This record gives sequence, structure tokens and C-alpha cells, in this order.
Amino acid sequence: MIGLIAATLRVATPLIFGTLGELFSERAGILNLGIEGIMLLGAFVGFATTYSTGSLWLGVLAACIVGIMAGLLMAIMTVYFGVNQHVSGLGITLFCTGLAYYAFRVIFGTPANPPQIQPFMQTEFLADVNILGPILRQYPLTYYAMLLVPVVWWVLYRTNFGLNIRAVGENPEAADAAGINVYRVRTISLMIAGGFMGVGGAFLTLSTLGFFTFDIIAGRGWVCIALVIFANWNPIRVLWGAFIFGGVSALQLRLQLTGINLPYELFLALPYVVTIIALTIANRNAAYPAALLKPYKRE
Amino acid sequence: MSKLRLEKAPAPAWVRPVIPLLAILVTFLITLIFIAWVQANPLHTYYYFLVAPFTSTVTMIELLVKATPLFLTGAAVAFAFRAGYYNIGAEGQLMAGAIIGSWVGVMLEGFSSWIALPIMIVGGFLGGVAWALIPALLRVRLKVDEVVTTLLMNSIIVFLVSYLLNGPWRDPVSMWPQSPDIAKSAMFFTLIPQSRLHFGFIIGIVVILTIWFVISRTAFGLKMRAAGSSAEGARFAGVNVERTILVTALVSGGIAGLAGVGEVAGIHFHLIQGLSSNLGYTGIIVATLGALNPFGVGIAALFIGLIDTGSLTVSRAMGVPVYLGQVVQATLLLVTLSMFVLTNYRLKREG
Repeated sequence: MIGLIAATLRVATPLIFGTLGELFSERAGILNLGIEGIMLLGAFVGFATTYSTGSLWLGVLAACIVGIMAGLLMAIMTVYFGVNQHVSGLGITLFCTGLAYYAFRVIFGTPANPPQIQPFMQTEFLADVNILGPILRQYPLTYYAMLLVPVVWWVLYRTNFGLNIRAVGENPEAADAAGINVYRVRTISLMIAGGFMGVGGAFLTLSTLGFFTFDIIAGRGWVCIALVIFANWNPIRVLWGAFIFGGVSALQLRLQLTGINLPYELFLALPYVVTIIALTIANRNAAYPAALLKPYKRE
Repeated sequence: MSKLRLEKAPAPAWVRPVIPLLAILVTFLITLIFIAWVQANPLHTYYYFLVAPFTSTVTMIELLVKATPLFLTGAAVAFAFRAGYYNIGAEGQLMAGAIIGSWVGVMLEGFSSWIALPIMIVGGFLGGVAWALIPALLRVRLKVDEVVTTLLMNSIIVFLVSYLLNGPWRDPVSMWPQSPDIAKSAMFFTLIPQSRLHFGFIIGIVVILTIWFVISRTAFGLKMRAAGSSAEGARFAGVNVERTILVTALVSGGIAGLAGVGEVAGIHFHLIQGLSSNLGYTGIIVATLGALNPFGVGIAALFIGLIDTGSLTVSRAMGVPVYLGQVVQATLLLVTLSMFVLTNYRLKREG
């Protein structure tokens, strides 16, 4: 049980980063389907940076920066040019994915064994305490993910900047009339979002795996998009959504080990099926940001 | 102080056909960065990319082979998008068609091609329909966003294929996880002897002509386009929007399923995990470059087929990683999207 909780937190970490990022962008009125690709590019850039510098934190930083740049690209497309958000988001995903694969081949060639780095160690925190010790034995980025949840809530609901974000996502015309620079707020939101997504991807290479594979994200970005709806665009509820997905994922690992005679692929697919079901249930009361998907053009 | 600002002004008529060409030019200027990174000669690279495929019959045929599934996934995406249904699930629906195709194909041992081929085609279509069904029903009945659900369905089918290939369908003879080969009579015949160009190419052309006819010449097409441009307006005009979208979504899934059958019956002859290699997502590029117009889709599929072929030529001749092709295609998508919008604006000096 304790191991299960610890594993849930671990699996939930990249989802929390990704979902909080997506939430920022959607709260500002932009659906960012670039998330899957940005997470992959973050995973790769984080890995490659750590591989060549030996510093894990530089890897995290680089993943964050490349995510911010991808967010800026998304902003140029959707905020300034007003291009269809679905298609430009997928375009960003395809671009980032292609770029990560291309760069991997350029830098590492086609190695027989994937190149490795020494990933983050799990921190021992209150290690002597019975139950808490094993649960709190986590990677540093997991702690940051948990801290980020109240921070994002505070930014969105208790700062002027957060008010502006919500305003441009709900009613950009009124926000503009009130003197808010809609383009700038949306752009900054997308850049923050990209940074989170990049770090979420890098968690996988720099913490859990220590190497990069082409299918490393495996639809986690799409899960994040579902979790935003499930959380009804509320940062605190993101945590519950990520725990459900993480919990089901951690549980399926356990169930596989108990030797229940069911194909393990069924367990692997389970979290995605649960996500669709959870999404369907949550969708009845979902309050989409009113200006989501609508490009804003100043007349 | 004078300020530059964008002002809306429709593009002159001569500009529109030029946009794709201009987009291609800009794309190749941008991708120079990635070519410079590997210190390859850009002129040589682009020569192998765009010209070399036309210098031999083998690569020209290969271009058509690559374009074949893209006709279908591009058509599937364009068809759904025209009705305002964002089917991002062509990737999964293609695999569903491939699953049914490789299953039916094995069962058809002993039947003649006259019986086997129609069953393969119908089966693959229905496979795609089945995989499109859940997101489509959730959308029309419970208003669940189809973008998210079709994407998640793409992830789920990866596990289904992996289960089949490592479990019940695993070919005991092969070293790799793959299903047994389909019956000879269920294989698509080749259009040119000694090549990989198969019957699926004709299916692609027929489907493109069919969706052109449906979209622009039938009452259903009118309803589709009405639902796509404004659901409210369509409803007001008496169109059953939910039903229209449901049918469109399922047909779109079916078309994507046909692409999967083609890859099984014409190229691989069995099911493998990497069968699709992004064909469904590339269909979105194709549909967008083709401006959601069926004939545009055809031309775009051929062009993307050229880039696919070209990236292999570049890789073989110059050692530039083949993924350059994917980077070029994605860049082209983003540039074309921007150009379609930007040509509707002029820079104006104000103040």
C-alpha cells in the first residue's frame, strides 16, 4: 500500500507539470495540442544537456527553456496569426517530435544500446518515520510538482496577472477594453505553459529512466489535456486527476506482479480507458473558458 | 510616431494558388538551419529531396506508394473537418482497419481473390468505423470533446496491437512480433509488376473522387458543410446536426481504416506494431495543405509522398537522418497555415 502511494506520486509527477501547463494555456483561451511534442522535446533536450554537461539541473533548465520557446512558437501561430488552434497545436507536436528524433540521430547516431545518464537520486526525507519515510522517498522534481500546484492556484486567483489571464480567456474584448494587452498575456501564458510541459517531459529522462526512447511520452500529453477538463480548469483538482491516473498506472504494475492471468497490455491501456470514462463523467459539469479556441483580433 | 499594424484585406485572386509554392520555398529556407547543423551541402540535400526521386522509375513509383495511404488518411481527416468534427484519430482508426484486415486476410485462405478482396476492403472499413464509434457517440450524445477522446483512442490501440502480436496472433515462425502472413488471394495485386505499387492506390483515387462528389454534389454534403460552418445555423435550417456529424465521423474512421487494409494487403502482408509510422497524423498535414479540398488532398498527398521518398534518398546518399523529412513536413504545415492567414492581411503604417 505504501509502495503504491509512493509509485502514484512518481507516475503523477510529469502529468502534474503537463496538466498545469495546459491549464495555464487554456485559461488564457488557447488549447495547446503541442503538449505531446513539447514534452517529448523536453525529455530529449533535458537528457542531451545532462549527457553533455553532467549536470541534471542544467538539463531541467534546458528542457524548460526549449518548452518556453515552443510555447512562443505556438503563441506566434495562434495569438498573433490567429491560426486554427487544433491544427497548429498538432503541427507543433509533429515539429517538436521530428526535431527530437532528428537531433537524437545527429548527436547519438544509431547506438546498439541507448546512451545513459546517472538520473536524479530519490531524496531521503524523514527516512526513519515508519509510513511517511517510504512515501516521501521521491525525486526532487516530484516535490516541486506538488509545490507548483498551490503556486499556480495563487497566481491564477490571487494576483493581477492571474486575473488578466482569466479575463483574456473568458472575454478578450472586455479585457482589451479594460486596458489589458490580450496578445501579450496570452503569449506569456503559452510560454509559461511550454516551460512546465518541457520540465514534465524531462522528469521521465532525468528521474525515472536515465535514457531517452522515441516512445517515451506515449500519449501522456493527451492524458494531460483530458485531465484539464476533468479538473474543470482548477489547479487544485489537477492533483486529484493526476493521482487517479497515477494510481491506476501504479496499481496495474502491482496487479501484473501478482500474476493474475490477464494480458499486461490490458493493464497498460487501463489508465487511458479510465481517463476517457473520467472525462465523460466530468464533462457534464465542465465549464470551458468561454474564449477557448477563439482567436482574438483587435479591430 | 508611426506604427506598423496588420489590416484585413482579402488576397488578390492570383495570390491564392501561389501560396503553397511560396510556403514550400519558405519551409526550405527555414529547414536550412537543420541541414547546416549536420554540415551537409544544402543544394545537394534539396536536390536529393526534391529532384532525385524523379530521376529513376523506382523512386517515382515509390513516391506513389508513399502517397497511397496518405490519400486515404488525408481524405478521412478532410472529410471530418469539413463537418466541424475534429477527428484526430485517423492514426488509431488506420490501425483498427489493419487489425481487421490482417485477421480476415488469414481466415480467407482458400477463397479466390474475387471473394477475398471485397471482404478485406469492407472489413477494414468497418474496423475503422468501430474505432471511431466511441468518440463519435460521446461527442453527439454527451458533448464530450472528440479531439481528446480520439487522441486517447490512438494511444489505446497501441496496446491492443502489442497484445495481439505478443499473444494470440504471434507468428511462431518469425523472430519478430508479427502476425502470420495473410492468404495469397487476399493480397492486393500490384499495378506495376516488380513494384510495391498496389491496388490501394486505386482505392485512394476512388475515395478522393467519392468524397468530392459527396461533399459538393449531394444533399448530405450540403448538411455536412452547414454543420461545419455553423452548427446553430444548420440546426435552424432543419439539419439534424448530431446525425450528420455521427455519420461523417464514422465514414471518416472507415476511410482511415481502408488505409490500414492497404498497408497490410499491399505492403506488409501481416500486422506489425510500426505499421502506421504516423500516417494518421500526417493525414492532418495532408488535409491542411490541401485546404480540406479533396483534389487539394490528392496533390498534397503526392507532395508529402515526395518528401517521404526524398528523405530516404537524402539519408542514403548523404547520411542526413531520415527524420529530416518529418521536420520538413511539420514546418511546411506551420508555414502554410500562417501563410493562408497572413495573405489576408496587409501591413499598414498608421499614426
